[in-house]
Amino acid sequence: MQVQVDATRRTQAGVLHGRKIIDEIKASGIEFIPCLPDIHTSEGLLRPLWRESGIRMIRVCKEDEGVGICAGLSYCGKRALLLMQYTGLLDSINAVRAVGVEYGLPICMMVGLLNKEPGVLPGESKHYGVRVVGPILDAMGVAHHVIETDADVGVIRPAIDDAYGRGHPVVLFVGGNALP
Amino acid sequence: MTMRRDEALRVLARHVTDDIVVAVYTTAFDWIAIRSSPLNYIATGAMGLGSSHALGLALGQPDKRILVLDGDGSLLMNLGTLVTIAEVAPRNLLHFVFENGTYEANGSHRTPAHGHVDFSGLAAAAGYRGCYTFDDLVTFANEIGGVLGEPGPVFITMKVEPGESPKFDYEYMHGARVREEFKGALAGPG
Repeated sequence: MQVQVDATRRTQAGVLHGRKIIDEIKASGIEFIPCLPDIHTSEGLLRPLWRESGIRMIRVCKEDEGVGICAGLSYCGKRALLLMQYTGLLDSINAVRAVGVEYGLPICMMVGLLNKEPGVLPGESKHYGVRVVGPILDAMGVAHHVIETDADVGVIRPAIDDAYGRGHPVVLFVGGNALP
Repeated sequence: MTMRRDEALRVLARHVTDDIVVAVYTTAFDWIAIRSSPLNYIATGAMGLGSSHALGLALGQPDKRILVLDGDGSLLMNLGTLVTIAEVAPRNLLHFVFENGTYEANGSHRTPAHGHVDFSGLAAAAGYRGCYTFDDLVTFANEIGGVLGEPGPVFITMKVEPGESPKFDYEYMHGARVREEFKGALAGPG
C-alpha cells in the first residue's frame, strides 16, 4: 500500500472556507455523509452541508458506525465521506484497521483537528492527541492529508478518487477553523 | 423457551430469495452452511458493526431487502446503531438479533445483564417500525413470512441456543474471496 503523507509540509496560517471544501466534496462524487459534530467544522462545514442538495446526511451515534455505513455503500458503488473529530477517529481505529485496511475498502474520512494551533504542524502541536493521530495512521499505513487553508482543498478530490480507485482508506484532516 | 439457532435459520432460509443477508460471527457460520449465496455479506470487521454495514447497503440498494443476522454480544457493542437506523428508517431493512446471552465466538462467556435486557424493547424505544420476539420454532415458522413483508426498519429478537456446531472458518470470513463474490453478485451479470 502506498502511503501518502504530507506531514513534513509546513502548514500556513490562513483562511479556510467551508464552501470550498463542500465544492470539492461534491466534485468528488460524494453522495452520503455519516457525521458527528466537531467544533472546527461545525459552522463552516457541517451546518451548511445539511442545507446542501445532492448529499444525504446521516447522523450517527458513534463514529465507527460510520465506517460500517461507508463500507456498505462502497459495495453499491456509492461514495461516502465520514465527518468527525479526531477523537472519534481514535475511537474508531479498530474499525478502520479491519474494514478499511485489511478489507481494502475506500473508507474516506474528514476529521477535525480540535485544538490544533494555526500554522503549526499536527506533529508539533502542544496537544498530545493532535500530535499522535498522524503517527498512528502512519503505523497503520493509512494515507492522510492536512487541509489548513483554502490553498489545501485541492487535495480532497484526488485523495478520494485514489481511495475508491485503489481500495484503501484516507483521512483528510481539517486543521483550521472552517469559516461559513 | 428457546429455539435451536440452526433450526430457526433453516426456517428463515425458506423465505430468502435474492435478499442481501448480513450475518455476524457464529450466526454467520451457521447461515452460510445452511444457505450459501454470493449475496451473503459476512465480512463486517469486528465490534458489532454488522448492522451499520447493513444500513449502508440498505441506503445503497433501496430496492433490495437487507436482512441483518446480528448477535446479542455484537449488538451490545454497538447499541447506538438502533437509534441511527431508526432515524434513517430504511424500509428495506430487517434486523434480527440472535440472543443466546453469551459472547459465543469468544468462548461463550456471559453477556452483561443477560435475561434482563429486552432487545426488542430497546429497538421499539429507539423508533423501529415493528418489533417482535420469538422463542419457539412453531410460532416463528408461522409468523415470519408476514413479518418479512412489513416495511422496515423491523427488529426481531430470536431467543436461541446453539445447534450443531458450525465450521468456524475465519480465513474465509475475512478473506478477499467472499468480498469479491459479493461485489460481483451486486454488480450482476456482465
